[in-house]
Amino acid sequence: MVPVDYYVILSAVLFAIGAMGVLSRRNPLIIFMSIELMLNAGNLAFVAFSNMYKTFNGQIFVFFVIAVAAAEVAVGLALIVEIFKTKKSINIDEMNSLKG
Amino acid sequence: MTQPEYTEYYTILPLIILVIWACLLLLVDLFIPKDRKGITGFLAAMGLALTLGYSISQIGREGTGFNGMVVLDGFSTFINILILISGLLGISLAYGYVKRMGIERGEYYTLLLFSVTGMMLMAQAADLIIVFLALELLSIPLYVLAAFARPNLQSEEAGVKYFLLGAFATGFVVYGTALVFGATGQTSFSGIFSAASGGTSGLLLTIGAALILVGFGFKVAAVPFHMWTPDVYQGSPTAVTAFMSSGAKIAGFAALLRVFATAFPALSADLTNILWVLAALTMIVGNLTAISQTNIKRMLAYSSIAHAGYILMAFVPYGNKDVTSISIAAGLFYLVTYVLTNFGTWAVVIALEKAEGRGLEIADYAGIAKKYPALAAAMTVFMLSFIGFPPTLGMVGKFYLFRAVIAGGYSGLAIIGVVTSLVSAYYYLRVVVNMYMREGDPVLEQESWLGLTTAFTAILTVALSFVPQWLFLLASTAVFRLF
Repeated sequence: MVPVDYYVILSAVLFAIGAMGVLSRRNPLIIFMSIELMLNAGNLAFVAFSNMYKTFNGQIFVFFVIAVAAAEVAVGLALIVEIFKTKKSINIDEMNSLKG
Repeated sequence: MTQPEYTEYYTILPLIILVIWACLLLLVDLFIPKDRKGITGFLAAMGLALTLGYSISQIGREGTGFNGMVVLDGFSTFINILILISGLLGISLAYGYVKRMGIERGEYYTLLLFSVTGMMLMAQAADLIIVFLALELLSIPLYVLAAFARPNLQSEEAGVKYFLLGAFATGFVVYGTALVFGATGQTSFSGIFSAASGGTSGLLLTIGAALILVGFGFKVAAVPFHMWTPDVYQGSPTAVTAFMSSGAKIAGFAALLRVFATAFPALSADLTNILWVLAALTMIVGNLTAISQTNIKRMLAYSSIAHAGYILMAFVPYGNKDVTSISIAAGLFYLVTYVLTNFGTWAVVIALEKAEGRGLEIADYAGIAKKYPALAAAMTVFMLSFIGFPPTLGMVGKFYLFRAVIAGGYSGLAIIGVVTSLVSAYYYLRVVVNMYMREGDPVLEQESWLGLTTAFTAILTVALSFVPQWLFLLASTAVFRLF
């Protein structure tokens, strides 16, 4: 059996890649994919720990995360489509109409 | 696992009422003609008032439900009542505003109700699963509300930015929760508490708690996780800004207070320093950046960051058992102060805002005192309350906070608080100076609900400052049973 540490390390790597992606990419869709990667890193850790402790709590949490992430996708994509209709561009660097 | 008892449903009955009301409202809204969506607003306010009535009747009742997932106690009832009042004030600000700005659509009020539900669930959460669910339930409607003025580009930008940063913060909360679960094998606060006191795998638990803190830091706009705040507050429709700057903060701080006080007291040695730095940075950066702002919405956004710093001060002594209850009570008291003053200020801003974002510069406030003396007086009260000047609630709130922090042995933080308050006087008083000492010809939107909200919050801000013990006693009883 693969030890739980491996899963946790993998999830930490995934989380770090996701966080870096959010901070460095300029396309909202890719940023969004990176956020999903962060959430899935959490899911992986949850399932691994859940297996380690032999409880279902972690797995239940994963279901909640998946369901809520789906709702978030619906809202997020709608927002991105909406701004594309107005601006004809979704580059984050060009979203600069708010300044002070 | 057991089936929930009948009585357990009473613990979340306010939430059930509100969710059912919001779902029915979605249907009813279909039959309300397009030009009379104000009716939807009234119905939504009725739902909030009904829930508020029931929540008030819950004062003094306690219980847990659903295998310890949700809890009803003095703390949650206090926060729930505050959130419901914010919801009502939020609707009263939006009622005329959305009509005037041509964004009067029925979903506005339904989304607001769902968001309020999420905030209340946050206050009642006793398990990290529920914290996560509540966080999303309150945030997702707010993302939509921020972009509600579409196809206005600024509002859409605010929506996208809020969404991306909010989802990013959610990632931190989820991963932090996963690590806490990994360290303790529990997701319920009481389970984490007993596992953590037993001294199991400290590092994983600390990292998990810190990640949760980062996630909530985004939500309550604490420095260095605040960069979205000015843009989102400026771009969103002003009525939405008023609601989210109050409601999301109450809920975020309520969850933080409960999580830290009931689940992570064992980590206080590690986290207190982080919280200290976070609070100090938030106060300093928020207040200093606000000075250079010329747009009132942006200035108030930085001021809301600064006030998040003051409320964060209440967390710093949380590991010190003798001080925890008075510092948390002081935090709750300051939340009430902040909510009243905040809504009042935004009501004035909305009253002076014109279409296409005009009337939002601080310079546009010139000459108000001559033309509308009552409004200028109210705005002066709010500004003084934000500074913490007597005779306003803000002064009492800061007094309780500083007292609690000093009692906890963090005089340095209290000094930073006092100094930054003095700095804040500069930009708050600039608004007052503009109103009283410059010539100008502002035009006010005369709306009865706006006027009522302004008067209500201004009178409470002054009146409560003469009987603060009463409110502080309420806050203290609310936290009494938390531990």
